[in-house]
Amino acid sequence: MKQDFKILGTRPIRPDGLDKVTGKAMFGADKSVTGMLHARILRSPHAHAEIVSINTAKAEALAGVKAVITGDDFADVENSATRYTMQNCMAQGRALYDGHAVAAVAAVSKAVAAEALKLIEVEYKTLPHVTDVDEAMLPGAPVLHEGVKARTLGDDVSGNTVGYYSFGHGDLETGFSEADEVIERTFKTAAVHQGYIEPHACLADLGGDGRGELWCSTQGHYMVREVCSEILHIDASQLRVTASEIGGGFGGKTTVFIEPVALKLSQKAGKPVKLVMSRDEVFRASGPTMSSSIDIKIGMTKAGKITGAHAKLRYQGGAFPYEMVMMGAMSAFAAYDLEHVQAEGWDVMTNRPKMISYRAPGAPMAVYAVESVVDELCQKLGLDPIDTRLLNAAREGTKSSYGPTFKAIGLVEALEAAKAHPHYSAPLAPNTGRGISCGFWFNFGGQVSVSMAINADGTVSLIEGNPDIGGSRASISMMAAEALGIEFDRVRTIVGDTASVGFSDVTDGSRVTFAVGIATIKAANAAIKEMCKRAAKIWDIDAEAVEWVDGAAQPTGHNAGDFPPMSLAEIAATSGKTGGPIAGHHEGAPDKAGVSFGVHMVDVEVDPETGFTSIKRYTAFQDVGKAIHPAYVEGQIQGGAAQGIGWALNEEYIYGEDGRLQNPGFLDYRIPVASDLPMIEAVIIEVPNPGHPFGVRGCGETSIVPPLAAVANGVAHAIGVRMFALPMSPPKILKVL
Amino acid sequence: MARVVIFGSLRAFTGGVEMMEIEAATTRELLKKLTARYPALFDTIESGVSLAIDGEVFKDAWFTPIGPESEVVIMPLMVGG
Repeated sequence: MKQDFKILGTRPIRPDGLDKVTGKAMFGADKSVTGMLHARILRSPHAHAEIVSINTAKAEALAGVKAVITGDDFADVENSATRYTMQNCMAQGRALYDGHAVAAVAAVSKAVAAEALKLIEVEYKTLPHVTDVDEAMLPGAPVLHEGVKARTLGDDVSGNTVGYYSFGHGDLETGFSEADEVIERTFKTAAVHQGYIEPHACLADLGGDGRGELWCSTQGHYMVREVCSEILHIDASQLRVTASEIGGGFGGKTTVFIEPVALKLSQKAGKPVKLVMSRDEVFRASGPTMSSSIDIKIGMTKAGKITGAHAKLRYQGGAFPYEMVMMGAMSAFAAYDLEHVQAEGWDVMTNRPKMISYRAPGAPMAVYAVESVVDELCQKLGLDPIDTRLLNAAREGTKSSYGPTFKAIGLVEALEAAKAHPHYSAPLAPNTGRGISCGFWFNFGGQVSVSMAINADGTVSLIEGNPDIGGSRASISMMAAEALGIEFDRVRTIVGDTASVGFSDVTDGSRVTFAVGIATIKAANAAIKEMCKRAAKIWDIDAEAVEWVDGAAQPTGHNAGDFPPMSLAEIAATSGKTGGPIAGHHEGAPDKAGVSFGVHMVDVEVDPETGFTSIKRYTAFQDVGKAIHPAYVEGQIQGGAAQGIGWALNEEYIYGEDGRLQNPGFLDYRIPVASDLPMIEAVIIEVPNPGHPFGVRGCGETSIVPPLAAVANGVAHAIGVRMFALPMSPPKILKVL
Repeated sequence: MARVVIFGSLRAFTGGVEMMEIEAATTRELLKKLTARYPALFDTIESGVSLAIDGEVFKDAWFTPIGPESEVVIMPLMVGG
């Protein structure tokens, strides 16, 4: 593994920075074409209702209206997962949640489209609804879809229970019998939204001949192409999808909500159609993450050794079948080396918008509950929270709670860095408490494609297929420059459309810098091989007698010939005469992503008069393998911490008795803003991942996992009362004071 | 022969068997032999699984080599955000 770097670890100017701060960057809603129509969507006001009839005649007759569609305009698809996605974009037969789309209009202006929505007559027959996870699991609860209950479950749970998972090893009874102290608690966490600033937006142009163009804000334009072509019954090759610049995704843009609707309207109207969600629609009809109800039982000796640990996770994931609780069950105890452990999880449907991934999906709430009980045990037994975690910490060779045996990991290093940091020994002010929590995320590999062209002027153009949601164009350019031995500013990386480069999986799972990085290094190696061949031709020696050193070809030794090194720029300049353009490409599915651990430490002050919690100091320690561009890595760690703080203190989907969302806007759904937070100090730990040539691990998701418990533990120490539900908003804190 | 570990809830389809030995050179061969032995696993494996081979996680990769002493943990197909 390479460990001596010239480019990696430096902080070049961000290649996307200027466009973003000057407004030049083109986001989803920024694209317009001549003659395009504007679309609006009519949404259900009911949590659960049969759609008895929809009369669109008056809307269609309105001047300026070019197309109206309902669920009847979408033909069935074979794949059940795609069918559910389609039915989430446009209801068929039943509206399953407040905000579920029931019809859509394309018109010459937004005003005409809005007017037309008022003319659509929908007859509903309301049905019983359920929005709480525990109620939805009870036998007799209104069931959203029949026949999808998890195969292994009995009659003690309702048909809404679509998944059951269990992980672990050892014997719990033995584990708890060895404990000096056992604590068992139940927690609840609210559903929260990813809170990206840019709403879903697209511009669709689909002709009657099945050829189409789609511009959209997404984390995966190949995914959009696959899903939309299946729903629209067109060939994937005929739909070209271009990903816009993205104003945040955090997992929320790993599926489609509006793109099939815009394409269908365009197909029907014969014109391009632009569709942009309002913030109200984003909250009501694009996926938040799951809410949860969790039981945790942990046993510990007086010395701090965890002897047994059991988690029961019940996740609420909205109106369609989904699989996500498994990620929580696998993450819950991942930080610890345990002999007796079990984590069980149930996925449950309710009358809410279908969940979608949110940064380390499923892990934050599970780890919140576990780390809260660990903290309570430390408090009760008078133990140091970091020493206790070090005593139990997973390390290389630990059989993880979810099965695999860990390779090189950096949890111990992160805990030791936290203990040695001045923050840990700093005095605390009155009404202030300090909270600690560990966190974990898997990180993934997956399918990638990279095409790298060596230009005649010695620069490099690189195309890859993953939308850049967190600085990947910079990190990929840096890895290309490092591998080729040239300066960073000689490389430009762009995200190609679906017709420009091979398939690439969605940008998720903290996978892009890892997986596209490997593909980039392999593409660079292919280009280097060709450049060595060209130099060999010029020198009239064997290609095997040429090696690549510091950005130049050179003979492997005096026996190979006595020639001065020939730089990339020199080889590129003559490429037209030595065999034509030089390029390297790589298509593959790298694995061995390497897991990542973090430790967060926070000081919170709680105002006893108002119940308001302010974050006074926050330090986050995270093993990232190798930080390619440390400023972006710090940004990822700070961003995850900020989102986790919001989850802990204020953010929640609030539903009324009628099953309708009460707070679909940033005024009533409170996310932290810059003025709410101190500078979050990010401490980068580098324990190289043996599965990457540069030691890289994903770093984008782990940082949202520890903050919930860190803040909760801090609040518990500040007010002397432990709370068991999130968010800990001021009224809720006042209630327990 | 590789040692294959089945995660908790999947054991409902193996009659409670948690660990077994299977001779296979690749992940595809291993999964084929596993479903032949336990047909109830077919739906889950067909819809996609992740495998941890000697501690390193692989998603749906058919031709990943498996050593004779390898430990292979069958896990659900994982997704991220």
